Amino acid sequence: MSPPIVQLLDVHKTYQKGPVTVQALRGVSLTFNEGEYVSIMGPSGCGKSTMLNLLGCLDRPTSGQYLLGPDDVSQMDDDALSAVRGARLGFIFQSYNLIQQLTVVENIEIPLYYQDWPEAECREVAVELARLVGLEDRLDHKPFELSGGQQQRVAIARALVNDPLVILADEPTGNLDSTSGAEILEVFDELNALGKTLILVTHDDDVARHSHRTIRLRDGRLESDTRR
Amino acid sequence: MTAATPRLSRLPRRPAVPPRASGFRLTRLRRTVRLGIKSLWLHRLRSMLTALGIVFGVCSVIAMLAIGEGASHEAQEQIKNLGSQNIILRSVKPSEERKVTDKANQSYVLEYGLTTADLKRIKETIPGVTVVVPARVMREYVWNISRQVDCDIIGTVPWYPSMRNHRVAGGRFFTEAEMDERASVCVIGAEMLEKLFPLEPAIGNHVRVGNNYYRVIGVMETRGKATKVEETENVKSSAPNRMFIPLETARIRYGEVLGKQRQGTFEAERVALHEVTVKVATPDQVIPVADAIKNVMERNHKKKDYDMVVPLELLKRAERTKQIFNIVLGSIAAISLLVGGIGIMNIMLASVTERTREIGIRRALGARRRDIIVQFLIETVMLAGAGGLLGVALGVAIPHFVSRFAGMVTIVTFWSPIVAFSISALVGVIFGIYPAIRAAQMDPVEALRHE
Ligand SMILES: Nc1ncnc2c1ncn2[C@@H]1O[C@H](COP(=O)(O)OP(=O)(O)OP(=O)(O)O)[C@@H](O)[C@H]1O
Ligand SMILES: [Mg+2]
Repeated sequence: MSPPIVQLLDVHKTYQKGPVTVQALRGVSLTFNEGEYVSIMGPSGCGKSTMLNLLGCLDRPTSGQYLLGPDDVSQMDDDALSAVRGARLGFIFQSYNLIQQLTVVENIEIPLYYQDWPEAECREVAVELARLVGLEDRLDHKPFELSGGQQQRVAIARALVNDPLVILADEPTGNLDSTSGAEILEVFDELNALGKTLILVTHDDDVARHSHRTIRLRDGRLESDTRR
Repeated sequence: MTAATPRLSRLPRRPAVPPRASGFRLTRLRRTVRLGIKSLWLHRLRSMLTALGIVFGVCSVIAMLAIGEGASHEAQEQIKNLGSQNIILRSVKPSEERKVTDKANQSYVLEYGLTTADLKRIKETIPGVTVVVPARVMREYVWNISRQVDCDIIGTVPWYPSMRNHRVAGGRFFTEAEMDERASVCVIGAEMLEKLFPLEPAIGNHVRVGNNYYRVIGVMETRGKATKVEETENVKSSAPNRMFIPLETARIRYGEVLGKQRQGTFEAERVALHEVTVKVATPDQVIPVADAIKNVMERNHKKKDYDMVVPLELLKRAERTKQIFNIVLGSIAAISLLVGGIGIMNIMLASVTERTREIGIRRALGARRRDIIVQFLIETVMLAGAGGLLGVALGVAIPHFVSRFAGMVTIVTFWSPIVAFSISALVGVIFGIYPAIRAAQMDPVEALRHE
């Protein structure tokens, strides 16, 4: 078995909104190994996005530990978390989240840009990735000139540009029709075949079927964890 | 799938040592500037309108400074021409009211002004006085055959030019010997040279005043606008031209009584001296000597039939006026730049809200808080800087047109555009910092969820 790259140890996440306390996660322990393709499922409000945000170092757990590779991310400060996100994680969002005033290549470059890569090398890698996701003839287009599927492919290229340890996707096909969705899933399959670790949140059983492991959450707790 | 199916065979691999741009701070700055231009360009109308506040602020500061500097420079030049070590006394006709009551007396000769006794008293009793220049002013027509000029004839002493910073352009001024022998010689102003002697040389020729002829021995240089102060100070000598003759010559030609035809009635005035210029040895003696002269004069003149001008005091007053002007200007500038800055801050706050999601995306992709701060700050500074540059260009151009078309002297000092531009950039930083911090403080998760 390949080594664990992500470990959650008894992770809690509590939101305090005035007098109301929302326990989004109530003690989740999980281990993900390198090269795994994992889907997270569960009813609305069960804490899927909360968990993905924690995995993505966008947020810190209220209690518990999060080990990304050898490092305890739950102890890191804001700057260190930014560095981790930029260097080791890839994000794909439901609503693509491309920056509107930038072109396709420029969007793909962003993570490298914050790691101070030389411009020429950024450009080279970004163009190569745009080609790999089939957008080589759209390099200088702005996001609003692309279809949803194409935008999501730009987002995938952007998530790959820093060669991340883990790619995190929150309902990546949620905004797409079935054809474009299927294309995106095919890309995911290929990525996984190339050894990439993927964790994606979905409501869709068809999407989950592509993955090799499905985690179900209910009320902030682990309900089931099945491998295929 | 179709041909569009990507073939992900060559994924980028993390290099063992990630490449670092050499001089990466500069690279990053360049990228951030480029990004800022893109973002500002996305809302170009809005950016332009926002920058306008700064444009007008900077432009008005430079233009007003230039016009003010020009005006005060001109005033100081005029005052300096009077001589900063001089004290000028002038005879002034007492107020109209007194004249009317006196008019009941038929055989009336109006007698007023400075007397030779005054002159003597000043010379003898006040220490520190080095030279005294008396002058009489008669307004007459001066003729060269059929050409005629309205002129102030000034009877004075040979050292008048050096005292009043008024140089002889051609020929010479009259000498003491000429004054003693009451010679009929004259030195004419440059302004009347053209009118009286358009063809023949003036020097050596004669001009006629009444029944007397004077030989022209010199021509004074043009004083241009510099005579303005003198003319406004002394309403009587408002003739456009001036001609100088020896004081003693004037005394025998005109006597003590000057007759004047005015508004149909004949009116006689007796004025011994129209003007006395007193020179002191050093500038710091000016004020005490002026006070002493004032005392002497007040003791001997019951009516206020004289006027005292102290150029040094005028100079000091002009400097104080300039100081006040600068303070007022500074406040106006500060307010207009403040307004401009608030405008920028307002837009940047709106922009931060509008771009919340962009901020979230950038944070998710590795931007630190300070990267976000720098990004927004650079945008604000660029906005203010561009406004500042445009303002400097306009601010330098406007005084140019003012002097061209309104004939005013304007001086754009070299530091005023630099200061105005720096302040505009500073306004960008000051008013940009809060929106930038607001942007950076946003929680990435919340920012990403923002619509
Ligand atoms: N910032 C927040 N402040 C307060 N409560 C929050 C916050 N974020 C999430 N929650 C709460 O935490 C719980 C879990 O939310 P989460 O977004 O993880 O659900 P989810 O499983 O992703 O749901 P969905 O499938 O609808 O996206 C919800 O009850 C939600 O109201
Ligand atoms: Mg969710």
